[in-house]
Amino acid sequence: MPPKPQRIEVVLETLIESIALAEEMGVRVAAAAGFGEDDQYKIGLAVHEGVMNAFQYGNQQRRERKIHVIFELHEEKLVIHVLDQGTGFRLEDVPDPRDDENVLGDSGRGVLLMKAFMDEFDVLAGAAGGAEVIMAKHHRGRSFRVG
Amino acid sequence: MSFKVSTREIGDVTVIDMDGRITLGEGSSLLRDLIKEKLASGHRKIVMNLSGINYIDSTGLGELVSGYRLIKSQGGELRLLNLNKKVSDLLQITKLYAIFDIYTNETQAVSGFHS
Repeated sequence: MPPKPQRIEVVLETLIESIALAEEMGVRVAAAAGFGEDDQYKIGLAVHEGVMNAFQYGNQQRRERKIHVIFELHEEKLVIHVLDQGTGFRLEDVPDPRDDENVLGDSGRGVLLMKAFMDEFDVLAGAAGGAEVIMAKHHRGRSFRVG
Repeated sequence: MSFKVSTREIGDVTVIDMDGRITLGEGSSLLRDLIKEKLASGHRKIVMNLSGINYIDSTGLGELVSGYRLIKSQGGELRLLNLNKKVSDLLQITKLYAIFDIYTNETQAVSGFHS
């Protein structure tokens, strides 16, 4: 039976400062989990983008709403959940900013960067109605365990 | 590291020197306001020196794009100078590398603007 993943859950205020804070947490969790510097940067940026989306679009910068970030350390991967308290969104509705008609547009780059830097990426309807971004980075070459 | 910006003129070319991070809440709005200010005062040839930028997010990329669109709409030209690997990789991933004129040499970046 595989060991239960270690889990870190953080509740963030819907404040602009929460974006950099979450990013720093992502970098430190990634480092503690044994990821190298390049992957730490990528994981940090992915968390940054996920929390930024939650702040701006999910929670509409509303102070009474919260952003939940959950880190799960599995043997073979780090899984990160970012949940907001908005109305949710569908991944298929996000334009691809690489398409010719979108490349000079304003939307879609955050999702694109999360997809590019993580090995797994999906968006689900959160249990409370908002969006739940789930992304994962695989640990290459060896399994790992914190502590 | 927070965002710092300064400008200098080389002939009729404005060089915007930047340091730190261009992200939502750090630098993106400052950069936007600076570009508007420069355009309002008649500057049309602009080089953004990104050698001091160690981090940019999707909002920062969006500001570069907005700056490009605004400058171009007013008959101007924008060039990017000295991107580090991280910034360069992000421009590649988002296909913006093909949109911008990118330089690694300041002398070349400030010369040869279309008048």
